[in-house]
Amino acid sequence: MTVMRYREAIRAAMMEEMERDSRVFLVGEEVGHYQGAYKVSEGMLERFGEKRVLDAPITESGFTGISIGAAMVGLRPIVEYMTWNFSAVAFDQILNNAAKLRQMSGGQLTVPIVFRAPNASAKQVGSQHSHAMEHFYAHIPGLKVLAPATPADAKGLLKTAIRDDNPVLFMESETLYNIKGEVSDDPDLLVPMGKANIVRPGKDVSIIAWSRMVHVALEAATELAKEGVEAEVIDVRSLRPLDETTLVESVTRTHRAVVAHEGWPYGGVGAEIADRLQRLAFDELDAPILRATTLDVPMPYNAKLEQHVIPGVARVLENVRAVLYRS
Amino acid sequence: MTTTLPKSDELSLDLYRQMHTIRRFEEEAARAYAQGKIGGFLHLYIGQEPIAVGASSVMRPDDYLLTTYRDHGMALARGMSPRAAMAELFGKVTGCSKGLGGSMHFFDVEHSMLGGYGIVGGHIPIAAGTAFASKYRGEDRVTLVFFGEGACSIGDFHEGLSLAALWKLPIVFVCENNEYSMGTPMSRTMSVEDVSMKALGYGMARDRFFVESVDQVREHLAEAIERARTLSEPTLVEIRTYRFRGHSMSDPGKYRTPDELEDRKKKDAVLRARAELVDEKGLKEAVEKLEAEVEEVIADAVRFAEESPEPGIELLEATTYSGEFAR
Repeated sequence: MTVMRYREAIRAAMMEEMERDSRVFLVGEEVGHYQGAYKVSEGMLERFGEKRVLDAPITESGFTGISIGAAMVGLRPIVEYMTWNFSAVAFDQILNNAAKLRQMSGGQLTVPIVFRAPNASAKQVGSQHSHAMEHFYAHIPGLKVLAPATPADAKGLLKTAIRDDNPVLFMESETLYNIKGEVSDDPDLLVPMGKANIVRPGKDVSIIAWSRMVHVALEAATELAKEGVEAEVIDVRSLRPLDETTLVESVTRTHRAVVAHEGWPYGGVGAEIADRLQRLAFDELDAPILRATTLDVPMPYNAKLEQHVIPGVARVLENVRAVLYRS
Repeated sequence: MTTTLPKSDELSLDLYRQMHTIRRFEEEAARAYAQGKIGGFLHLYIGQEPIAVGASSVMRPDDYLLTTYRDHGMALARGMSPRAAMAELFGKVTGCSKGLGGSMHFFDVEHSMLGGYGIVGGHIPIAAGTAFASKYRGEDRVTLVFFGEGACSIGDFHEGLSLAALWKLPIVFVCENNEYSMGTPMSRTMSVEDVSMKALGYGMARDRFFVESVDQVREHLAEAIERARTLSEPTLVEIRTYRFRGHSMSDPGKYRTPDELEDRKKKDAVLRARAELVDEKGLKEAVEKLEAEVEEVIADAVRFAEESPEPGIELLEATTYSGEFAR
């Protein structure tokens, strides 16, 4: 085990997989000579050279399409967007090509590709740079969507993603890049997709979260413990496939659930989880499932307003108290 | 031209057979469409056959080809069987894409036919990606990608060309300029009529001609393919052509006059090829023999398509993801 930062864990996963498989390469804006906009790919150009660490001009749709084309004839690209916000201009490539090629070719083609970038809010970066894009992508059959909260999961899940034969979208967070944690040195340690992780067991309420919101949920759980409420915190990690079993089992124990995520409340992964739980565990529920989300407005720049819009500990607590009928 | 390709009566007959096969295939497809046996969209290639046949005849079997939704001609020229093509139109499991793709999504990986694509211009970066993969692996394989002049206004056209020129990819971009972007003449879609001039801004080689014969297509494209194969440099080739049918079967073509259409049909390169074989080379008997054979091949394809089974629901999830379905 080595203690490393989240960004280093992602880098380690990419470097190990590139050592292991010559078909894997990294492409994106500023990933090479600049060493990565968030320094995730620092040192990779020096290690692998310009053939396998490619600086792309500002052409998200272009280099996304090129990578999908390369993947469908056998390479295994890792595409880095400077942030997931910029994937919007490549949305057609992801929706119409990455996700559809396999089915529309009658199963002749596969697209083994990873798209990765920081996702959701950062700090006062305004309305165009704060999107939680997992909700858009998890909607699409043919894609897989992961959102790790810890360095260990970042490494293990990214390695699994790179070895997967399907398009996998990997949601990182600028706010998590510096967090530290113990990470396995085993180059073959993979974290499976579709497995949620109970990061804090509890019996009174399930708080379901992913990415940065897992840390917010844990803070909320600490607060709740002071009030005598034992909250179970579940790190979903994998949004598609989704680990229904762990979620249902948790709610079967706690009978109450709050989904805490960044992104707007209209539709989205939180609504999907709420739907599944009410269908699969209806008789276990003692309260409606609530969601602590980003408010239903574009992200404002003003620091106080931004903090009001982003879901924080207070909003999670408010929702937990509501499902406990303690408000 | 620097390239001189061998010519023989045998080759001319074979090229005519291929063009005639495509035309008869599509005439029968139009009939089946009118009878309600083919659904959705059906975009006919009639009038543009010399381009598909000429291009494929100077490609290596392992050279990749990608094209638009007007893809029947390209697929047949690449070597897809008329049976697999017709069955796909009929939505049958024996079709090239198992009946899941339809008219717009013909795929035949065995013949390096990497698809018909339904989003205008979206396949251009995909094609550049297949060329990227060839270069990455050190292969001397070339990609040809076809699109209409309607695609030259959308971003993916420019991003694909820009990146192919920047990264020196072994690809030939072929604009089949049939003068109409659906119902809009090029005078109302482009500020510059000469599409090949778009190459200048990317420092890319270019070529442009008004198609008169399949031999002419062969000569021009052989040169561009050679440039891609030996120098790993892209070329933009504009081929001025004309489609004799509407944009799709639902288009009555009211945006052009009957006189214009009749005038262009007099220049039909397929009929001219036939006249040359019959009148100038005295090969009437051979031409009539091959035409009779083509009739049987097409009739067999229609019979095969009609008699084939439909795809079962078990294909749906299996072709959406490689491996386990991600839900």
